[in-house]
Amino acid sequence: MTTAINIKPASADVANLPVLEIGNLAVGYRGNEGFQRVVHDVSLLVRPGEVVALVGESGSGKTTTAQAVIGLLAENGRLEAGTVRLNGTDIVGWSQKQLDAIRGSKISLIPQDPTTSLNPVKTIGAQVAEVLQIHRKGSRAEIDARVIELLTRVGLSQPELRARQYPHELSGGMRQRVLIAIAIALRPALIIADEPTSALDVTVQKRILDLIDELRREYGTAVLLVTHDLGVAADRANHIVVLKGGRIQEQGATAEVLAKPRSDYTRKLLADAPSLGKTRSVPRSVSPRIDRRGDAIVVENLVQDFAIGGRRDAFRAVDGVSFTVQRGATHAIVGESGSGKTTTARSIVGFQKPTAGRILVDGIDVTTLRRESLRWFRKTIQLVYQNPFASLDPRQTIFQIVEEPLLNFDPLPREDRARKVQAILDRVGLPSSVLARKPHALSGGQRQRVAIARALVLDPQVLVLDEAVSALDVTVQAQILALLDELQQALGLTYLFISHDLAVVRQISDTVSVLHNGRQVDGGPVEDVFQRPGSAYTRELISAIPGQHNVNLN
Amino acid sequence: MSRYVIGRIGQAALVLWAAFTVSFILLQALPGDAILIKFLNFELGLGPEQIADIRASYGADSPLLVQYVHTVISFLTGNYGYSIHAGVPVGDLILANLPQTLWLATLGFLLSLVLAITLAALSALSPFSWLRSLIQSIPALFISTPVFWLGILLIQVFSFQLKLIPIINPGPWQALILPVLTLAVPISAPLAQILMRNIDHVLTEPFVAVARAKGASHRWVLWKHVAKNAVLPTLTIAGILFGELLAGAVVTEAVFGLNGLGGLTQRSVNDQDIAVLQAIVVFSAAAFVLINLTVDLLYPVFDPRLRVKQGAVA
Repeated sequence: MTTAINIKPASADVANLPVLEIGNLAVGYRGNEGFQRVVHDVSLLVRPGEVVALVGESGSGKTTTAQAVIGLLAENGRLEAGTVRLNGTDIVGWSQKQLDAIRGSKISLIPQDPTTSLNPVKTIGAQVAEVLQIHRKGSRAEIDARVIELLTRVGLSQPELRARQYPHELSGGMRQRVLIAIAIALRPALIIADEPTSALDVTVQKRILDLIDELRREYGTAVLLVTHDLGVAADRANHIVVLKGGRIQEQGATAEVLAKPRSDYTRKLLADAPSLGKTRSVPRSVSPRIDRRGDAIVVENLVQDFAIGGRRDAFRAVDGVSFTVQRGATHAIVGESGSGKTTTARSIVGFQKPTAGRILVDGIDVTTLRRESLRWFRKTIQLVYQNPFASLDPRQTIFQIVEEPLLNFDPLPREDRARKVQAILDRVGLPSSVLARKPHALSGGQRQRVAIARALVLDPQVLVLDEAVSALDVTVQAQILALLDELQQALGLTYLFISHDLAVVRQISDTVSVLHNGRQVDGGPVEDVFQRPGSAYTRELISAIPGQHNVNLN
Repeated sequence: MSRYVIGRIGQAALVLWAAFTVSFILLQALPGDAILIKFLNFELGLGPEQIADIRASYGADSPLLVQYVHTVISFLTGNYGYSIHAGVPVGDLILANLPQTLWLATLGFLLSLVLAITLAALSALSPFSWLRSLIQSIPALFISTPVFWLGILLIQVFSFQLKLIPIINPGPWQALILPVLTLAVPISAPLAQILMRNIDHVLTEPFVAVARAKGASHRWVLWKHVAKNAVLPTLTIAGILFGELLAGAVVTEAVFGLNGLGGLTQRSVNDQDIAVLQAIVVFSAAAFVLINLTVDLLYPVFDPRLRVKQGAVA
C-alpha cells in the first residue's frame, strides 16, 4: 500500500536535510465574497529533532499553515501556491489517498482542545489502537499490548483501566496525554502541535509541554508548535516564526528573536505578553488612588456547598475563604479550573446564597438580600464575563445592549439615556459609529469594551471581572488592561479580578487570594505572594508560568 | 431499578392519563350523539321512552364526572366498553383491526429508515458539492408531499397505468406495497434531514480531524466515527415520528380502503362512536408512550456518556 509513496531522503546528507520545508506557501478560503487569501508567501524549515514555533494572534494564519502541511484544510480552503517538502518530497498535489498513508505514520497531530478531540462514544484504547490498525501495525494482540505500552509511556496511571474507559471519564490533561500517545504511536518524523495546551490549566500545561519535550528527545521527532503564547514559544522552541495577517513578520533563533526583535510587531508582542513583560514599574501598593480608606468588599469564612444528584451529601466548592478589598484597589482571585474562584465571585455578586460566612459589599450584607433589594444591589456591583462572543445578545444593537441596564433602574428620559450611553462608550474608547451595529460586526476587543461599558453604565462601585481578558489576544488584552487601569484611576472603581493567569494578575492587582480545591492556600499583597509564596501549590503555580526560562536550548 | 427509570415510567403514566382525560373531554364536547344517530330512525319505530331506556342502559345521561370515573375504572380493568354502532366490545374491534395497521406501521417505519439512511449516506459520500446539495434538497420535497395526494398518484401510476399491482383483490402483500410507500415517504423526510445535518455537524468536530490525522480515509471516518455520533440524536426524533405514523395511517388506510385502526377511526368519527374513539386514543397514546419510553431507557446502551460512572475519574 505504501510502496509507491515511500518517503526517503533524496540525498545522503541526512542530518542537514530538513524534515519539513515550506516554500512560498499561499493558502486561500472560498467565502461569500469570492476567494480570499489568508496565508501569503510563508517559508520555513524544520530540521530533525527541532522545535519550531509558529507564533501569532487569532487570524494570523498560523493554524491554516499547519493544516496545509498535514493536508487537512477546511473544505473551502485551497493551497494556491508553494511547496511543502516532507523529508525532501513535495507533497503538494498529492491525492488524499497518498496523504492518508503518511498522516499518522510520518507526520502526526496533537490538537488544540482535548475535550472535543476524542470520539465520545469510543473507548480510549480503541482510539489509540485505531492509528495502528489504519497503518496495519501488527496483530490484534500486538496492537493491544502496544496501546498499553503507549498509555504507560505518556504517564497515565492504571493504563489497562484507561484503555477501557471513555473520554468523558478522563480529565483534560489525561485526554491530552492520550492524544499525545496517538501522535507518537508510529514515531513520526514530524509532529504538528496546534495550541496543544491552550485549553489546559497552567500547571497541567507545564506537565504536558514537558512530556512533549521528553518524547521529542527520546524519539528524535521534530515539532512544529503552533501557539499564540509567546511565553510558551520562548520556553520550548529553538526557532520562532512570527506571523501576522498571514505574512511572516520575522523568524530566527529563539534567543535572537527575543533579545533583538527586528520587526515592530514582534517588539509589540513582546511588550504586551504578560508572562514575558517586566513587573509593573509603579508598585500597586503605593498607588495614590487608595486614599479613600475603607473596605469595599469584606468576605469572611465563605463556605459554599452544592448538592449532588439530589441526595444529602454535598460537594463543598468553596471552603472558608476570607479576604478584604480596599476601595479603589484590585483584588485577584487566582486558581485553576475547579478551584472555586468563579463560585466565590458568584456568591459575592449575590447569584447564590452562601452555605455559611458573611459577605459585605460597600457595607451591605449580601447574604441578607432578597428579590427587590438584591435587584437594587446590582447598581453597586456589576459583572464582566469571560467570553465577549457569548455575553452579548447577537440580535441587539450596541446601543440597546448598553442602554438596557438603565431601563431596569432609572426611569430616565430617552435623551438622557442616549447621552449617557454615548458618554460611557466614549469613556471605554469606542467610536459612536458602533452604536447602531450588532456584536458580530465588532472585534473581540471591541466587544469586551462594550461589556465593560454595559457594566459601568449604572455607575457601580465594584466591578467583578471574571476571566475578562482570558479570551483575548495579547495585544488586545494589554489594551483592555490599560483601559481598566485608567477607568479605575478616573472613577475610583474597586475590581475583583478572577483569573487563572498569574502573569496578568501580577500586572494588574494589588492583593491576591490563591484558591486550590476550594481552599484559600495563600493571600496578601501581590509582590509578597510572588516573592514569598506561602504554600507549595502557589510555588508550583508560579513556576508553571511560561516564558520565565526564556531560552532553553538543548 | 434506578430513580431515573422509575421517574421515566411515572412520566409515561402521567402522559397516558392526560391523553385519556383530554380526549374524554373533547369527545364529550362534540356536538351530536351516536345513540341518536343510530336509533332515532323512523324505520326502527322506536318511541321516545324506548330511546330514553337505551340511553340509560349506556349511562349516557348520568353526570359527566360519574361517566369519567366509571370509564377510568373500566379502562383500568380492561373493559373498553361497547361500540354503539357495531354492538360489539371495543376491545374485540381493536384487536380485529390491529394486525393490518401493525404491519403497515412497522413496514412503513422500516422503509422510511432505509430511505433516510440511503439519502444521508449518498449525500455524505457524494464527491461533488452540487450533487450533495441536490440530494439534501430531496427531503424538503418529501416533507411537503401530502399523503392523500401521494397515495392517489401511486395508485394512478402503478395500478392503472403500469398495471403492476391489481386494484381489486390484491394479495395480502401486494395490498401493502403502495400504502407502505405512501406512509414511508413523508416520515423519512425529517429523519433524513436530521441525519444529514448531524453528519455535517459531526464532520466538523475536532475528533474527526484527529482521525484524519491518523491517516483514516473519508469512508473510514464516516463509518467508524461519524455514523454512531450522528445516529444517536436521531433516536429521539424517531420515537416522536411514531406519532406521525399513526396519524398517517388514518389517511393512508382511507385512501387505500384498508381495514385497520385508521379505517376504524375514520368510520367511528363518522358514526360519532365515542367509546371506540376513546379506546383508540388511549391505545395510540399507550403505544406512543411505550416506544418513547423504550428509546429513553435504551439511550445509555448506545451512549456511554449516559451510563452511571464507574472507576476513577482522577
